[in-house]
Amino acid sequence: MHELAVTQSILDISLRHASEAGAKRVTGINLVIGEFASIVDDSVQFYWEVLAEGTIAQNAQLHFERIAGEMTCTHCKNSFHPKEVDFACPICGSQFVQITKGDEFRVDSIDVE
Amino acid sequence: MTIRVPIVENILNANDRLAEENRARLDSAGVFSINIMASPGAGKTSLIEQTLPRLKDKLRVAVVDGDIATSIDADRAAQAGAQAAIQVNTGGDCHLDAVMLRGALEQLDLTQFDLLIVENVGNLVCPASFKLGTHKSVLIASIPEGDDKPYKYPGMYRGVDALVINKVDLLPYVPFRMDYFERGVEVLNPGVVTFPLSAKTGEGMDAWMDWIMDQVKGTR
Repeated sequence: MHELAVTQSILDISLRHASEAGAKRVTGINLVIGEFASIVDDSVQFYWEVLAEGTIAQNAQLHFERIAGEMTCTHCKNSFHPKEVDFACPICGSQFVQITKGDEFRVDSIDVE
Repeated sequence: MTIRVPIVENILNANDRLAEENRARLDSAGVFSINIMASPGAGKTSLIEQTLPRLKDKLRVAVVDGDIATSIDADRAAQAGAQAAIQVNTGGDCHLDAVMLRGALEQLDLTQFDLLIVENVGNLVCPASFKLGTHKSVLIASIPEGDDKPYKYPGMYRGVDALVINKVDLLPYVPFRMDYFERGVEVLNPGVVTFPLSAKTGEGMDAWMDWIMDQVKGTR
């Protein structure tokens, strides 16, 4: 459970950019989070309400864009969602696969007034 | 009127920047550093206990131990011959981060050491996300944990520079398909150097010690 540290970082980034943009209020935070980033949305929302209180972002809505994990077979180039118990390519059975999506972990934008 | 301000900034950017500062501090003092991560009970402290006496008269070693509470691990490291052992209690946090390591580094005269071993909090999820600024990351897997761990905790297996497979002395007694385990590791971290060993019997320790010595020399 490191959502507290993560939420604090999201708040710090949002407030810094809001200040640079001369915003009076932050109404939305747009996050892009990959499947391999182990973060629980509800926990971030919970900590947000505590941490953001008293800041210009206290009523901001958090929007989570989730990116599904994806592996790509280096042999047949097929892309697939990995099963938990096996990473082999479901088309050709090759074990030579690479992770191509799911690491995203960023503040994409904020909505301000 | 609402306007959208594009940002595109990694959420852990602040931690990453502090990690770079830690690295610079270690580099300027000529200290090589490793971050040892593993689940609770995999043998982090035991491996450190077996490693320290083998470095006696070769390297001056400091150990930083991260734990939620207690100084048991730092005490064991000091007992085993660490020239300095610092306990960092995270107060409930599930991982060490760059700020905590910075606090520990400030307690050390880094010019007095060749090697810094950081023992992270026992956890197979969170420590992978928080860079510390150490030169190399090492994961300890252990046979009783089971052979499916790479598949269940891919984040941890992906980011490491070396993989220790501890408790190989238990292989005859525990169901563990080494080929299945190694296939998962190979997908997540192609070509990662692995050290099958037993911190209890000493089997396989020589290759691990050679790797450490090579790494330290490589930074000189």
